[in-house]
Amino acid sequence: MLEVRKLACSRGDHRLFSELSFTLDSGQIMQVQGANGSGKTSLLRSLCGFLMPDEGEIIWRGENIRELDEEYYAEMMYLGHLNAIKDELSGLENLRISAGLSGVELTEKEAMDALRRMGLKGREMLPTKVLSQGQRRRVALARMLVNDAKLWILDEPLAALDVGAVALIQQLIAEHLARQGMVIFTTHQPLIVDGIDVLNLNLS
Amino acid sequence: MKKSTMFGLLMLVVRRDLILAMRRRADVLTTLIFFVMVVSLFPLGVGPEMAMLRKMAPGVLWVAALLSSMLSLGRLFSADYLDGTLEQMMLAPQSLSMLVLGKMAAHWVVSGFPLVLMAPVLGLQFDMTGEALVVLIIGLLLGTPILSMVGAIGAALTLGLRGGGVLLSLLVLPLCIPVLIFATGAVDAVTSGLNITAHLSLLGAFFVMALVFTPWVTAQALRISME
Amino acid sequence: MAINWFKYAAPATFYGLAGKLIPWLAVASAMLFAIGLYIGFAVAPVDAQQGEFYRIIFIHVPASILSMFLYMIMAGYAALGLIFNTRLSAMMASAIAPTGALFAFISLWTGALWGKPMWGVWWLWDARMTSELILLFLYLGFIALHASIDDPRRADRASALLAIVGSVNVPIIYFSVKWWNTLHQGSTIKFTGSSMHIAMQQAMFTMMAACWLYAMAVVFARVRTIILERERNTTWVGELSEVKQ
Repeated sequence: MLEVRKLACSRGDHRLFSELSFTLDSGQIMQVQGANGSGKTSLLRSLCGFLMPDEGEIIWRGENIRELDEEYYAEMMYLGHLNAIKDELSGLENLRISAGLSGVELTEKEAMDALRRMGLKGREMLPTKVLSQGQRRRVALARMLVNDAKLWILDEPLAALDVGAVALIQQLIAEHLARQGMVIFTTHQPLIVDGIDVLNLNLS
Repeated sequence: MKKSTMFGLLMLVVRRDLILAMRRRADVLTTLIFFVMVVSLFPLGVGPEMAMLRKMAPGVLWVAALLSSMLSLGRLFSADYLDGTLEQMMLAPQSLSMLVLGKMAAHWVVSGFPLVLMAPVLGLQFDMTGEALVVLIIGLLLGTPILSMVGAIGAALTLGLRGGGVLLSLLVLPLCIPVLIFATGAVDAVTSGLNITAHLSLLGAFFVMALVFTPWVTAQALRISME
Repeated sequence: MAINWFKYAAPATFYGLAGKLIPWLAVASAMLFAIGLYIGFAVAPVDAQQGEFYRIIFIHVPASILSMFLYMIMAGYAALGLIFNTRLSAMMASAIAPTGALFAFISLWTGALWGKPMWGVWWLWDARMTSELILLFLYLGFIALHASIDDPRRADRASALLAIVGSVNVPIIYFSVKWWNTLHQGSTIKFTGSSMHIAMQQAMFTMMAACWLYAMAVVFARVRTIILERERNTTWVGELSEVKQ
């Protein structure tokens, strides 16, 4: 499904990694490991098509993602360091807009349900500027509940979350894998998905 | 869960940007006040002689409109860039050009259209005749969207740079000179009793050209700036 | 005869080639400048209407023409770099910009110097002068954008896009300024072109060739510096004799 061939990336003069090759199939999950500055985020951003790699190519269903463009984007979801939510909008508005940008139109009820499952009951209508850091992250992560993307690319999904939320995210990932989804993620915290082997990719 | 269409996505972006602008009304108002203030400073600088002011009016209004649209263009993509929304827009399953077009449209409604509404009042301060005012308004209606569209290219290229605002003006203002020439030229033509169709059709042609090319160019510029 | 042109598109090869060409270009340019100035000042006759003042066209006209051509060449290189992702093209584009801006400035400066004795004013809002001024703004925008982006690749690509947008706009701007000028009954600077003496033509063409060669020499020299800066971590730069010292 997702195949990376001889990828090389650099930041300025500094070569982050080169000759990087791996494949990821349906139902598989991969953790990208490495010290700070080893290129974890750059790898994920290349997989999103933001960064043009110096060498190598990224193949999705047998075609280069640069050629697939929108077809590829319809099948993937990226959650980065940044929450992509607006302080002035409520959690509900934020979720409906971010889902809309990824091509999914949510009814108010669907969005409400997703936010409640993320533990934001009673706070759906508040402007997100009054929420805590962890709650804002939950609003961003609620997109995991309302999309049908096959490939999830998650950059530090567990940052700023409490124990309860971490358990919930692990459960969502397990459900996604059970639906034959695919996940690539980075984390500095342990992430355990029951009954599934996590593939490891070490960049250092 | 329903799949959104290309038009649906475009409207989503427009609606979102308008809601955000409503909740940050101060930003919109400052641009408008800046416009009014710049226009009002000119008589103080050149003297209150009415014949001269009448002659200067279209140029003064247009230069002020150019400057105030430069002010608001700096914010066109920067907030979305900083909070990560722009990343998500680039991952949308529809063409980025469409989303960019939505942002341009919302930008015009918020920062271009109020100037058009304000212009007749300011025109009266400069003792412009009725027909001159009408032509000025038509020119502004055709021309200010071009400023939003061409300006978006500059805003995308200077995304996240230090001193982005000044740089943006340096890049965009020369490109807007044709709009300035023909929009003010139309008002001059009508006051001297000449035909204005040529001016307005050219402005219309610029508008169509900008509509066709600038969303795509801006999308490319965003991709370059996001790398 | 198959010459592999792409070989010269590699910075390492071009660096050596440009280094060999620069002395020849520079010497040829200096000689032509000397000849052109000699013909311009000593051989070409005094103009019936404009007296001695007309002689400034021997630098003014080549500078104006070069400033416009260089912008187009710069945009061409920028487009090549953006489409085919060739490193050398982007370097060429950023090396051309300062020279183009210099010629635009010389053209404006000499235009003003000519305007004062002929029209009694330093600056006339003449269509060509105004377009030249806008062209200078476009060059400055390109240089400023390139300079304010730290990442060289983004700088190359962003300014390349700007150059392309600018080059599409240049004809529109020129046309609008011309329209504007006729509309406001402005005076147009005219050189007495019809009765140009043969020596005047010779001086003009010699100066034109000299300016072209000068531009090539300076651009190549600047490109060599840019190549060294960008490729400083590669082995071929480390092996250069001038770097080893």
